[in-house]
Amino acid sequence: MRVALLGMGSVGRGVLQMIGEKDLGITVTAVADSRSALIDRDGISIEEVLAAKARNGFCGDKAISAMDVVTGSAYDVLVEVTPTNATTGEPALTHMLCALERGRHVVTSNKGPISREFSRLREIAVEKGIQLRYEATVGGAIPIMHTLEQGLAGNRVLAIFGVLNGTCNFILTRMAAEGLTYEQALLEAREMGYAEADPTYDVKGIDPAIKLVILANTFCSHSVSLEDVDITGIDRLTNDALRLAEEQQCTIRLIAEAIPDRGILRVAPRLLPLSHPLVVEGTLNAITIETDMAGEITLIGKGAGSVETASAIIGDLLYIRDTHAGRHSKTA
Amino acid sequence: MKLEIKDAPGQLVAALKPISEVGGNIIAVIHQRDEKQRGGFLSVQIVLELPENRLKDLTRLIREQGVNIQRIGHERLLYQKAVMVIGHLIHTDLGDTVDRIDRTGFAEVTELNISMPAISQVSSARLLIKSVNKEDMEQAMAILRRVAKEKEFLLVEPLEEVE
Repeated sequence: MRVALLGMGSVGRGVLQMIGEKDLGITVTAVADSRSALIDRDGISIEEVLAAKARNGFCGDKAISAMDVVTGSAYDVLVEVTPTNATTGEPALTHMLCALERGRHVVTSNKGPISREFSRLREIAVEKGIQLRYEATVGGAIPIMHTLEQGLAGNRVLAIFGVLNGTCNFILTRMAAEGLTYEQALLEAREMGYAEADPTYDVKGIDPAIKLVILANTFCSHSVSLEDVDITGIDRLTNDALRLAEEQQCTIRLIAEAIPDRGILRVAPRLLPLSHPLVVEGTLNAITIETDMAGEITLIGKGAGSVETASAIIGDLLYIRDTHAGRHSKTA
Repeated sequence: MKLEIKDAPGQLVAALKPISEVGGNIIAVIHQRDEKQRGGFLSVQIVLELPENRLKDLTRLIREQGVNIQRIGHERLLYQKAVMVIGHLIHTDLGDTVDRIDRTGFAEVTELNISMPAISQVSSARLLIKSVNKEDMEQAMAILRRVAKEKEFLLVEPLEEVE
């Protein structure tokens, strides 16, 4: 199976590294970053392209662009892992639309296009009979999409509750454990590399809300957008509140919640008993799904990281390989 | 509740058995032997806790045992919810915040733990709200959400699973 990969940030490099190390039957025929690209229909050397990126800061030929890869190179699956733009979804949205129109499968970790243009993207994929997979957009390494789509096939989703933002969870964990103020915990998260210079998307609850939109659109089958989510962040929480919670054997976590039957779509700090399965520590993510047949199931795992996210992307790639084996192997 | 049972062996047990059947908890049984009534009946007062909406089932089951219910006392507030409120609680009239719940008549703030670090800083409080049933609690929470919005509090509600 031939793969073209766009984006050579932490996630892209993790995917390449794992494809290089593991014998997965995947050939990378093109890669691109924001400044250059490399195309070789016989397969590029992963080792060399990673070395070139590390040495030069770009991966290939500056005369070739990411769009050239999408429209002009030979691949079965486009892996779109460029940086997320939550407002426009670009340039990833255009990349994905072009690949889908060409009848190519798309695997992505890119939340922007999936949360904003889901129905449009899905429509094309359905029409062309190809796969659009985005396991890596929610919960990092946690296989939430596979669990719900395959493992819990035939179930009706009654509710989804999730700790979907590692930065917030880290901050809350540190405030509770060490009595740090919100500002101190945020500073620590930055020093550890868990928070961006501008942490707004995380601490205001926008990032987990985007992930909730993706889950709701996939499993609760109504087309919702970010504007439909009732969002409260963690930036006004005090360590006193966490202490008062702890006196009652409780703590506070930022919970994303979707209850389709009651029209609830909400991200907010919530009180939970310390023994609750969603009370996970540090940057971990956790998702509880409640379905009609299976009841409650909770998945806990790493919500971010290069190789962890690569795990989700490779899971999607191999799913496509196994369900659509060799479909485009002869086409250019 | 006050029951009227026959003064015969096994009758009290028969009257109490339905309580456990509906998941209730007996707090006290007051056996008033001196109040012997007509035809060898005894009055017994029972104080008990019941899960929500089980009172009807209980009265039916007790009557099926051939026991007469003389009187059912007041339902007490047994449904409770702890919430966290963060903001300028004192400067926005804490008394009013509490009163907005209390004056509903169907729910009340029964505990208030507050932490006030410094005058200029926000306070954090844990409120325990009690009501008779879940519907009343939902209404009380709706009021509290309105107050929180109006007074710019951050309201942290407990996470409750779907039933």
